[in-house]
Amino acid sequence: MMQKIKPLDHLILIAGVLFLIAPVVMALMSSTHTPTDIHSNGLYLTPGSHGGETYRKVLTHKGGFTGDVTGLRMLMNSMIMGIGFAVGKIVLSMMAAYALVYFRFRFATILFWMIFTTLLLPLEVRIMPSYQVMSTLGLLNTYTGLIVPLLASATGTFFFRQFFRSVPDELLEAARIDGAGPFKFFIDILVPLSRTMMAAIFIIMFIYGWNQYLWPLLMTTDETFYTLMRGIKSILQVWIGSQIPDYNEAFALAVLAMIPPVAVVVIFQRMFIKGLTESDK
Amino acid sequence: MAHLSLRGVGKTYAGSTQPAVSGIDIEIEDGEFIVLVGPSGCGKSTLLRMVAGLETITDGEVRIGDRLVNKLDPAERDIAMVFQNYALYPHMTVRDNMAYGLKNRGESRQVIEERVAEAARMLELGPYLDRKPRALSGGQRQRVAMGRAIVRQPAAFLFDEPLSNLDAKLRVSMRMEIRKLQKRLATTSLYVTHDQLEAMTLADRLVVLNGGRVEQIGAPLEIYRSPASTFVASFIGAPAMSLLDARIEGGGIVLEGHRLGRADCAEGPVTLGLRAEDLRISDQGLPFVVEHVEELGAQRIVHGVVGGQPLAVIDTSERQLPGKVLVAVDPARLHLFDTMSGRRIEASRAPVLEGAV
Repeated sequence: MMQKIKPLDHLILIAGVLFLIAPVVMALMSSTHTPTDIHSNGLYLTPGSHGGETYRKVLTHKGGFTGDVTGLRMLMNSMIMGIGFAVGKIVLSMMAAYALVYFRFRFATILFWMIFTTLLLPLEVRIMPSYQVMSTLGLLNTYTGLIVPLLASATGTFFFRQFFRSVPDELLEAARIDGAGPFKFFIDILVPLSRTMMAAIFIIMFIYGWNQYLWPLLMTTDETFYTLMRGIKSILQVWIGSQIPDYNEAFALAVLAMIPPVAVVVIFQRMFIKGLTESDK
Repeated sequence: MAHLSLRGVGKTYAGSTQPAVSGIDIEIEDGEFIVLVGPSGCGKSTLLRMVAGLETITDGEVRIGDRLVNKLDPAERDIAMVFQNYALYPHMTVRDNMAYGLKNRGESRQVIEERVAEAARMLELGPYLDRKPRALSGGQRQRVAMGRAIVRQPAAFLFDEPLSNLDAKLRVSMRMEIRKLQKRLATTSLYVTHDQLEAMTLADRLVVLNGGRVEQIGAPLEIYRSPASTFVASFIGAPAMSLLDARIEGGGIVLEGHRLGRADCAEGPVTLGLRAEDLRISDQGLPFVVEHVEELGAQRIVHGVVGGQPLAVIDTSERQLPGKVLVAVDPARLHLFDTMSGRRIEASRAPVLEGAV
């Protein structure tokens, strides 16, 4: 059956799309112009002729004070942060939730609420003690130091706990009769059942890790640990004499920085929706 | 293949003073089909789960074969269980669902394949082996759940209301299938249901539970014909047996001023049980005021009152019923219960002429 087209609805939708896409297009287009043009003429909505050159430079040019950090390096660092965060948080919070839901131990509920209240405390509140611990452990300027202190996730634990509680008890009982111990039940039954949940948490946590700025800024002084977020910032900080900041490069980096999270969302969203519609629970 | 014995089995939940189940003694023969029946909350599922090992046993002992299994894990008890909501692993295919327990037991791939194929053939699940449970209908899922039990070749099957989630028609056909399958495999089975019809049709022996205690154990017909208490009498059989207040006077049963038969038990009040099919509308007997009629096709159930007490009568005629009729009682088919304890009174009865006192 043909849906009747309502012009007003479409107008609103198109306006919304334009509103959301305009800054992205602007960043993409501006990145293909020279910094001088941008400085004198403002931002562009039309493609320029310096695109290839800018992106090549951004990805391969050795920049920074030490002159040995490239865009590719920063991309890799951000990737390590994003994936390390997402995977680590999923593993850790699944195990925590498994313990909270399936094992009977004293104070489990209180423990859960204690974990839950840490949601109220953002990283910034504990950033100094965390820094000190890492510094004492000699983990400054390491990926371990960048990732591990932020892995404990109340959000993830909460989501997995709620999900595990919705898994029917009979499944656990059937598994017990089938001879599956706690470990087997977790790996064979719960993990596959949680796939959609894992996809959802992966999206959230990857982007969270990808966008980290303050923590890497504190933890790393070595420029080889630069992430894209810091790269963008450092390009715009070059304000020496009459030098014009490389706006085009900053925009190019921003565009590059957008691609992996978008890809993650696109890939996992499909799995996420598939899981939601196919599951029969 | 094993006999199952429950001796003084009881369960008191932590933090509760009242036992949920207590003093259960049942000896189950090898290959026997036992149905635990009772209203919700009577402890039948708890009892089954204690046998399965999903609940701890706080009193008594459970033996499967010659092994005391009180402290054993469910997987070590050599039992298989079929759950009400099937409890199939949603992410596994039918084949993997059935094979999972065997894999965990470390059976060889060849054995697993053979057993799964055999179970699939028996349950006509062949075409569905590679499907996920969500692509199956309720009846098919129930079959898979049974298949999962069969492949284990356990000492006993435990069924926890397996048909409750199916529609009425499917329930009847699955019931017969379960029965046939159990006879063919000759595996000792313990089956929990609240549906007395299911209980009657499936069981070799019925165990009627009430409030965590056994009310009566016996063959379905035996229980139907001589219920041990008013509880059993009203629970087994549809329509439920009518229970009326009567008296024993001068060696006879007197109901609302009408003498029904002789009973040589203590004088005083008794509870009189009358099954609807043992009564017939006649030209003599108890005056019965018709209130409403349930037409069932082959017969109809006439509900009404005798002197203020409700009574149901089965009538197979199709004639129009007047508002007041007479109901004849077969004196050999009366059930007498102690009014205070509700226990059955076995009294020798002899037919006498009915009539007003």
